[in-house]
Amino acid sequence: MLEFIQQPWTWWVSGALISAIMFLLIFFGQSFGFSANLRTICSAAGGGKFVKFFDFNWRSQIWNLVFLIGAVLGGFIASQFLSDGNPVQISENTITDLSKLGISAPTSAQPDELFSIESLFTLKGFLILAIGGLMVGFGSRYAGGCTSGHAISGLSDLQLPSLIAVIGFFIGGLLMTFVLLPLIL
Amino acid sequence: MKFIKFLLLGTLFGIVMAKSEAFSWFRIQEMFRFQAFHMYGIIGTAVTLGVIGVALIKKYNLRDVKGNPILFYPKDKSTMRYLIGGTIFGLGWALSGACPGPMVVNIGYGYIAMIVVFLFAIVGTYLYGAIKDKLPH
Repeated sequence: MLEFIQQPWTWWVSGALISAIMFLLIFFGQSFGFSANLRTICSAAGGGKFVKFFDFNWRSQIWNLVFLIGAVLGGFIASQFLSDGNPVQISENTITDLSKLGISAPTSAQPDELFSIESLFTLKGFLILAIGGLMVGFGSRYAGGCTSGHAISGLSDLQLPSLIAVIGFFIGGLLMTFVLLPLIL
Repeated sequence: MKFIKFLLLGTLFGIVMAKSEAFSWFRIQEMFRFQAFHMYGIIGTAVTLGVIGVALIKKYNLRDVKGNPILFYPKDKSTMRYLIGGTIFGLGWALSGACPGPMVVNIGYGYIAMIVVFLFAIVGTYLYGAIKDKLPH
């Protein structure tokens, strides 16, 4: 049984579980939107004193911060107890394309070229991670949600704004993948 | 104790992100290069079941555990903020290979460099809050 769970989970099992998580949050009186935590953290850190956008009752969002802590814990459990140690099974075409950008084939879940500590302590490596995070944080709040809030929750409710946001996710993602990444890496 | 269910759901979310490999920079690259069905299968399954479930909740006026009716609030009508904000998000997503949830899953998994990505995502959110009135919405 454990061996079975330790294999990568197939797409429909994973998708169904994500959907189940969304509905359980709804039945617990909340909603599935992870990036709201970033705003909550800004507020809890006292950002409301300087910026009106962060002046709200962040304590009402503690449930979501607890969800975030759970997500960290889940990552830990997955790596310590549920991993078979194999690298991610991405397609050969992707491996070939990425090798042209100087990213070697997976040996784990993340490329060493971007996420190793050595890379983090180079200026370029640091800037890639910092600017990537900055754009995710800025863009998710500008768009009013991230993958969970728009692509999953919003599309499930057939909301047009969420569809526009997801189209934006892909415009940005394709631009980065095909135009900017070859210049950056 | 009332938060324990959210801790458990978050833990399940973290495990699913890791075991589905959706938290991997490689998988996000594979998705944006349209070279595998995997990520589309995950999101497509979640959304398909989501659409059915939301429709059933609305049809039968289901209530949450506290007995309150479950309501879905329409998001503000606009194009600019979703398109521009979404595009900036997508640029960051393809660069760092992680949206906000998977960032913290990576940290728990042991990829501590992802702490930098997450901290700057907070900075990015703060920056948006600081200049939002100057941006088209």
